[in-house]
Amino acid sequence: MVTIEVVPQQVRIPLATENLSAERIAYLDGLLQQARNAAAVFTQYTQEDVDRIVKPMVVAGLEQAQYLARLAVEETRLGVMEDKALKNMVATEFVYNYVKDKRTVGAIREFPERGLVEVAEPIGIILSLTPITNPTSTVLFKCIMAIKTRNAAIFSPHPNAWHCCHEAVRIMYETALKHGAPEGVFTCLESHGLQDNAYLMRHKDVALIDATGGPGVVKAAYSSGKPALGVGPGNTPVYLEKTADLNMAVVDIITSKTFDNGTICASEQTLVMDDEIYDLALKKFAELGAHICNEKETKVLERTVIDPETGFMQPIAVGQNATDIARMVGIPVKPNTKLLIAPIQGVGREYPLSAEKLFPVLAVYRAKSVDEALKVCVDVNHAGGIGHTAVVFSRNDEVIRKFADVINAGRIIVNSPGSIGAFGGVYNDMVPTFSFGCGTGGGNSTMDNVNVYHYLNIKRVAQRTQAHMWFRVPNQIYFNMNAVENLRRLESTSTIIITNPAMEHMGHVDIVRRHIPARTLVHVSVIPDAEPEVTVIQQGVEALHFYKADQIIALGGGSVIDAAKIMKLKYESPDADLEELAAPFMDIRKRVVEYPTTKINRARLVAISTTSGTGSEVTPFAVLTDKLAGRKVTLADYSLTPDVAIVDPQFVMSMPKVLTADTGIDCLTHALEAAVSIYASPYTDSNAMQAIRLVFKYLPIAYQHPHDEEARSMMHNAACIAAIAFSNAAVGVNHALAHAFGARFHVAHGRANALMLPHVIAFNASVPTKFMPSPNQRGYIAHKKYATIADLLSLGGSTIDEKVKKLIAATEKLLDQLAIPHSIAELGISREAFGQAMPDLAKIAFDDPSWRANPRMPLVSELVQLFWSAYEGWGGAGTHKHSA
Amino acid sequence: MAAIAEFFKIDGDRVAECIHEAHMQLDTARDQTTLDFSSVLRISPKDLRAMEELVERADNQSVKVVLCGVNVDIYKVLKLVKLTARFSFASNGASSIEAHQEESGHAEATE
Ligand SMILES: NC(=O)c1ccc[n+]([C@@H]2O[C@H](COP(=O)([O-])OP(=O)(O)OC[C@H]3O[C@@H](n4cnc5c(N)ncnc54)[C@H](O)[C@@H]3O)[C@@H](O)[C@H]2O)c1
Ligand SMILES: [Fe+2]
Repeated sequence: MVTIEVVPQQVRIPLATENLSAERIAYLDGLLQQARNAAAVFTQYTQEDVDRIVKPMVVAGLEQAQYLARLAVEETRLGVMEDKALKNMVATEFVYNYVKDKRTVGAIREFPERGLVEVAEPIGIILSLTPITNPTSTVLFKCIMAIKTRNAAIFSPHPNAWHCCHEAVRIMYETALKHGAPEGVFTCLESHGLQDNAYLMRHKDVALIDATGGPGVVKAAYSSGKPALGVGPGNTPVYLEKTADLNMAVVDIITSKTFDNGTICASEQTLVMDDEIYDLALKKFAELGAHICNEKETKVLERTVIDPETGFMQPIAVGQNATDIARMVGIPVKPNTKLLIAPIQGVGREYPLSAEKLFPVLAVYRAKSVDEALKVCVDVNHAGGIGHTAVVFSRNDEVIRKFADVINAGRIIVNSPGSIGAFGGVYNDMVPTFSFGCGTGGGNSTMDNVNVYHYLNIKRVAQRTQAHMWFRVPNQIYFNMNAVENLRRLESTSTIIITNPAMEHMGHVDIVRRHIPARTLVHVSVIPDAEPEVTVIQQGVEALHFYKADQIIALGGGSVIDAAKIMKLKYESPDADLEELAAPFMDIRKRVVEYPTTKINRARLVAISTTSGTGSEVTPFAVLTDKLAGRKVTLADYSLTPDVAIVDPQFVMSMPKVLTADTGIDCLTHALEAAVSIYASPYTDSNAMQAIRLVFKYLPIAYQHPHDEEARSMMHNAACIAAIAFSNAAVGVNHALAHAFGARFHVAHGRANALMLPHVIAFNASVPTKFMPSPNQRGYIAHKKYATIADLLSLGGSTIDEKVKKLIAATEKLLDQLAIPHSIAELGISREAFGQAMPDLAKIAFDDPSWRANPRMPLVSELVQLFWSAYEGWGGAGTHKHSA
Repeated sequence: MAAIAEFFKIDGDRVAECIHEAHMQLDTARDQTTLDFSSVLRISPKDLRAMEELVERADNQSVKVVLCGVNVDIYKVLKLVKLTARFSFASNGASSIEAHQEESGHAEATE
């Protein structure tokens, strides 16, 4: 019987340091000082410097693999020399293979298309605690990682593996130094003392604790208050499912569980097998040198290799071979028995062998179904193995997926050995490591195979990126007098004209009908003369279904066109949920809700506008009124944009003066807001500027002389062009104010805009209290944009300030020409009523998405001020004076 | 007492030795001693130790130690070992970074 004193992985680190002598503290401080200087000097090294040091270290480790393995076995009396030599080779050669081409100094990764660069910053001093079970291999691994990442390391090995680790550190250090590493880069405590750890763990110069070992070590590391990489124990379940390659599985499990006498914490602990293959599998295990324990022997094992007090494995058995353990507990086995297999009936304290056993004793469980097997694996996983490793042998992908779903393990090893598989790089493509992160379930900060990236602070250098911009317009826009004739070219079997009573009375519907090819079946659906409502939409959609429409012609103002847009949406995608689609968003490209892309019907939408304002014939917006809920919802998506826009002035000749004025100012507001929007681009600017020029020139004429064809035509174009601008650049705070005010006091949209307009220009032209974040703009430019507009209109002025004032004055003059009141007060709204409404107005305006593209971010108090400025009005009607 | 300054040019290949020479010549008659690091690209732990010893003695003798021409990599090393506060720093001319900086044009603003 082997009797050795081993304390595997259960080292408790004392928390207090009062037992340390002054000499000991001076000694530790000396180590720290040396390491601190080395780490500081190391920051000057280049990638090439570092790589030049790493390679010979790896070669030295390989050369000394057997020597260090022998030392480890002699000192720890655990494991198998040959296996330890193999581990030392994996720790050097495999790790090198992974790190050799990795950049760990300076810029380590670049993402030019994202404007991002990752730059490495070393950590400094790493306090490295290493375990008894993989002593030298862990040291070799950590030394290579530290050099590769330009860090200094102080090693504190497990007390019972101190000599071999000290020797491993020495070999690594001397080699590193010879190839240029800074003096003092590695040190190993000159003798082991747990008090030292307590002191070092709390020392201000230690930047990171990398603790590989049992729960005591890991807990101490985390409770030190330092950043720590603490990786702890496991309890690996293995599911051997009936479809698995049995011969391969049996050999793999034996290879893994007996490797280094089972000391690797990722090795198999409880094997769960399907009933169908259970007997055959055990037979195969027995054939290959496993001893299958009978009930009595299992009971003996339970009492001896597991501590009945704690439920943990007995240190005495750790890392011993199967024959020694059998002899030790009095189970007769054949010579050269590799593995003791003990059938168990459940998992938990009542079934002691279901615990972690770092020696070649494997518990087995017969499962009646996949479901039962998975549950037992979950039980094992939760009996001390959360976050660590699990193994599954199966050819059924569904089983593997389910296993991966329910088992919480950082390494889920499929159809290969658990222990060697978990190291990575041998049986799979995981990152090679000797530290298995167990995630939060294991009380660890990482679940990864700890690697060089955990030894680095990675800085992200983020360049300013330009937001992707766009410019989207309908496929076809026909304009000028008699543009309606283009309808002849549009093939359709069944067309529905959506319009309102006024259009029928004025004969507009007949004009449209005349231009539709004779073979097309045409139906007219007249909707009420009001902003679109849910019930109206439903009726329209029913008509579209009834006539199997393949073309919708919307003839009317914004209200009719918007109604038709929503009808088309619901006709093509009946499941579209308008309520959901109207959900708020900040950036149309990042919006949460998605508009339907699958369509059961298809209809071309032709929009013929009969007002010169909204430009709805080219916009991706539709405003819907929900009378029941008492609110308006705005739908916005480029899929709502009409397919064909017809901008034919003959349909606007009939517009009454007030409508001409209101819609014309709506158009001007669209253009002015698009011009200063944070989404403005040269594409939208060209449209916005042209629209502004046309409005200033032709709106007064169209207003005074409604029959002036040129003026009507130009204003009709201006509305469309301004809409093209704001469809892509959005509107601003003027619309937010107008929406809130118009809805509350039943003031037409264009008029509401007009009442706000001079005040909003002054607001945007002055220095913002809050800037709107906008990556596409370099500096604040709204006032300069207004000045450019003033120049375009030849308004004069020599400074930006003067030009802005001229633009405001010109706008006021235009409003005057259109007989638009100067103030809200003039509408007959009392100061009291307005004041009472103010809290609601401000709240609604702030919630309105329109201002999200405004160059100046409005505070709620500023919205209130703007409302009051509009109430008082301009040009002497009120008391307010706006300033640019 | 008149302010008399001593000046040492540090050789990039013999940093510790040069600092040691400066150390030897520190005496109370001088108010200040200046070490010119402009030919030093990198320092080693040994150099650091020499600097620690120098500044230790200089502090005792109330001599101000001024480092000039220290590159930013070395400055960071001194920062990490908390030595920057114990020296004064003087710059000498444009850094190599500025010398390599190319004139770059500005993209047109969205105006
Ligand atoms: N989709 C968009 O991009 C967008 C943009 C701004 C506003 N809107 C919405 O558009 C609607 C406002 O549209 P609008 O300003 O075109 O008004 P509108 O369509 O509501 O029409 C206003 C009135 O003018 C009448 N009318 C229309 N054309 C006429 C003509 N040629 N001659 C005589 N009378 C005529 C209508 O019958 C109606 O009574 C609102 O619902 C608003 O929310 C939509
Ligand atoms: Fe509008």
